[in-house]
Amino acid sequence: MEYQKYYVPEQSKFPIFAATSMFLLVMGAASTINSLGTESNTGKYILWSGLAAMATTLFFWFKKVIQEHLAGLDSAQLKKSFVFGMAWFIFSEVMFFAAFFGALFYVRSFAVPWLGGEGEKGLANMLWPDFESSWPLMSTPDDGAAYTLPEKNLSFPGFSHLLTWLPLWNTIVLLSSSVTVHFAHLALKAGNKSTFNLWLGVTVLLALTFVGLQAAEYYEAYAHYGLTLNSGIYGSTFFMLTGFHGFHVMLGGFMLAVMLIRSIFYNHFEPEDHFGFEAASWYWHFVDVVWVMLFLFVYIL
Amino acid sequence: MSAVIESHDHDHHHGPAKGLTRWLFTTNHKDIGTLYLWFSFLMFLVGGAMAMVIRAELFQPGMQIVQPEFYNQMLTLHGLIMIFGAVMPAFVGLANWLVPMMVGAPDMALPRMNNLSFWILPFAFFVLLSSLFMEGGAPNFGWTFYAPLSTTYAPPSVTFFIFSVHIMGASSIMGAINVIVTIMNMRAPGMTLMKMPLFVWSWLITAYLLIAVMPVLAGAVTMMLMDIHFGTSFFNAAGGGDPVLFQHVFWFFGHPEVYIMILPAFGITSHIISTFSRKPLFGYSSMVWAMASIAILSFVVWAHHMFTVGMPLAAELFFMWATMLIAVPTGVKVFNWVATMFKGSITYETPMLFAIAFVVLFTIGGFSGLMLAITPADFQYHDTYFVVAHFHYVLVPGAIFSIMAAVYYWIPKWTGNMYDERLGRLHFWLSFVSVNVTFFPQHWIGLAGMPRRYPDYALQFADWNMVSTAGAFAFGLSQILFLFIVLKTVRGGKKATSQVWEGAEGLEWTVDSPPAYHTFTTPPKVS
Repeated sequence: MEYQKYYVPEQSKFPIFAATSMFLLVMGAASTINSLGTESNTGKYILWSGLAAMATTLFFWFKKVIQEHLAGLDSAQLKKSFVFGMAWFIFSEVMFFAAFFGALFYVRSFAVPWLGGEGEKGLANMLWPDFESSWPLMSTPDDGAAYTLPEKNLSFPGFSHLLTWLPLWNTIVLLSSSVTVHFAHLALKAGNKSTFNLWLGVTVLLALTFVGLQAAEYYEAYAHYGLTLNSGIYGSTFFMLTGFHGFHVMLGGFMLAVMLIRSIFYNHFEPEDHFGFEAASWYWHFVDVVWVMLFLFVYIL
Repeated sequence: MSAVIESHDHDHHHGPAKGLTRWLFTTNHKDIGTLYLWFSFLMFLVGGAMAMVIRAELFQPGMQIVQPEFYNQMLTLHGLIMIFGAVMPAFVGLANWLVPMMVGAPDMALPRMNNLSFWILPFAFFVLLSSLFMEGGAPNFGWTFYAPLSTTYAPPSVTFFIFSVHIMGASSIMGAINVIVTIMNMRAPGMTLMKMPLFVWSWLITAYLLIAVMPVLAGAVTMMLMDIHFGTSFFNAAGGGDPVLFQHVFWFFGHPEVYIMILPAFGITSHIISTFSRKPLFGYSSMVWAMASIAILSFVVWAHHMFTVGMPLAAELFFMWATMLIAVPTGVKVFNWVATMFKGSITYETPMLFAIAFVVLFTIGGFSGLMLAITPADFQYHDTYFVVAHFHYVLVPGAIFSIMAAVYYWIPKWTGNMYDERLGRLHFWLSFVSVNVTFFPQHWIGLAGMPRRYPDYALQFADWNMVSTAGAFAFGLSQILFLFIVLKTVRGGKKATSQVWEGAEGLEWTVDSPPAYHTFTTPPKVS
């Protein structure tokens, strides 16, 4: 086989713009957070300018990569680099969630039982002798002295309430979306663009539905259950895990929406050549698997 | 290629762009490698200056020069800068320069992302260092930033610290993805995995570790951020969390991290010892398996950093035995290096001197590590200068000596000029003696009970602290000589041949010194 030249762009302005935007972003975010509760707006201006600069840079960067691809600059080998790159990026995301799942397992298996006087390090109970361990944790060891205790939690309410239990519907929505995105992929491989657009559109709608339901759940938790970030370790792990997942759903949904726009308005993607879409769909399946883990360990068990 | 020809090289398709924008917009792995290496050297000097402040304060007992608050900030920033700013970027810089040339690739797999990985770093360290001028001062909780010191009792600048760690992590992850994809996808035809040079193998494994643990560090600092500003209780027992949870999450990152800083050193040492012994490396495949085993074991030993924190007995035993297991593959590596030298025709050029010193002194650091792995003994050693001596032995005459060895070994290839051998050896002997004078006495004062991280100490530790400080300043000054040697070599010197070293083998020695701006635009055939 003859060697196809590996495309190395000569010089590029995108990375330095991206790095500068990232700098504005973190300076802005840190200043904003440090001046929470004050009148200062400087941090917010820096943060928003960083976000805008980042979005603009990424838009033009991706645009350029797509143009290079359409111009036929990508060899088969370069496409493989994108495939490997995406796979390892998803692995890094897996490890990010692993940190939070690890924290959840640790507090449930060790920290909370020890504080309640159970297990080998149960002498921790002498800190707050009245505390009894339970999960979901409805009362903090300090009995709400520094925290606002929740009245209700979002764990599995029993089979009699199954159909009115929001997380179940979230699960159904997200699992179906994984199936629909797969149908879209099959249609694309069969060369059936309109079916592809249809299934991809359905997937994006399901993503929006999920985010909507999640927002409703958060509203419910904050407004009626008294369950907040400040409710002790149950609230902390609940909101951080579901929150980061929700954020990833938005990101994945946005990626799929971009693919839909590219397909409808620009007629991108060929039956044999559509890694942009494939990468987004991999990401989507990853987000789906994380949800299954969440459903199991945050909601049911 | 002579310097005269190079200065007439105006063809922008083959040569670098002109001016400052060359460095800002570059996608070339050699340019980016150079940027990484210079950035790392700059950070080495900054972190080194902080070490000098620390050692100056410890020259005599009592408070001499700085306030204890400022001492804590120096201690914290010294650790963070040396790890994330000096050692890691230096290895990434070496990977950038060498991996594409060693596997016969035209460049890194994702050249633009490569530029981004580098340019994040100056910004990240600007954010971190700017905290020195903020209200309440810079982070002062040690490089391990244990909660609640880093949460409840942290200065306001901790928020900036958290975000700078976030973008350093993003930089590392992108850099690691680039290395891994280059190695997996860009090898020349015929270069099977088990034909790869060991430096490439060491980086493949390092990159995997980086992608696996940098996100966990991001998770740890995110939990800190939420605890500090948004009312969560991950690290607060009053809310059902646990400060010890922080240590678990941190060291799950932290232990693989220390191997991230030593595996590339293993690769470098294997190349240099083989070249200057004029023998093929003894036990190539066992070297690969040893590195892979070390990497896998690194995920299950993290809690040996926290034996005294109050873990269940089963955990103490498990982490003790698992840690000791690491001595087996490490022993295989040391054996192989020695066996490679056995009956070799050895010459002692500067890279070889640094490499041999690496083997000996890293082994000493490894042995003190084994002592620390013994749980009951660790109750005595924990948080003393013995620990400080241990990790400085594996990091300074370990990781940093290997980086210096690599610079001497490959700089003729990079610049086309030979360095000054006489000055190189002088630099080695100055560094070798002073590093031991600095850190060896710390074993003794540590075993005698001097705790780490305090600006003051009891009188009985005075003599060895004075010796240690003298050694530290000698080591610091010796590195100015290193800078001078590197600059001298960049500016000129005896011309290097393509192979440079008589016993050197590998694709990077088949191209010109210095290599063309783009090497291997069509892949070479490897048999």
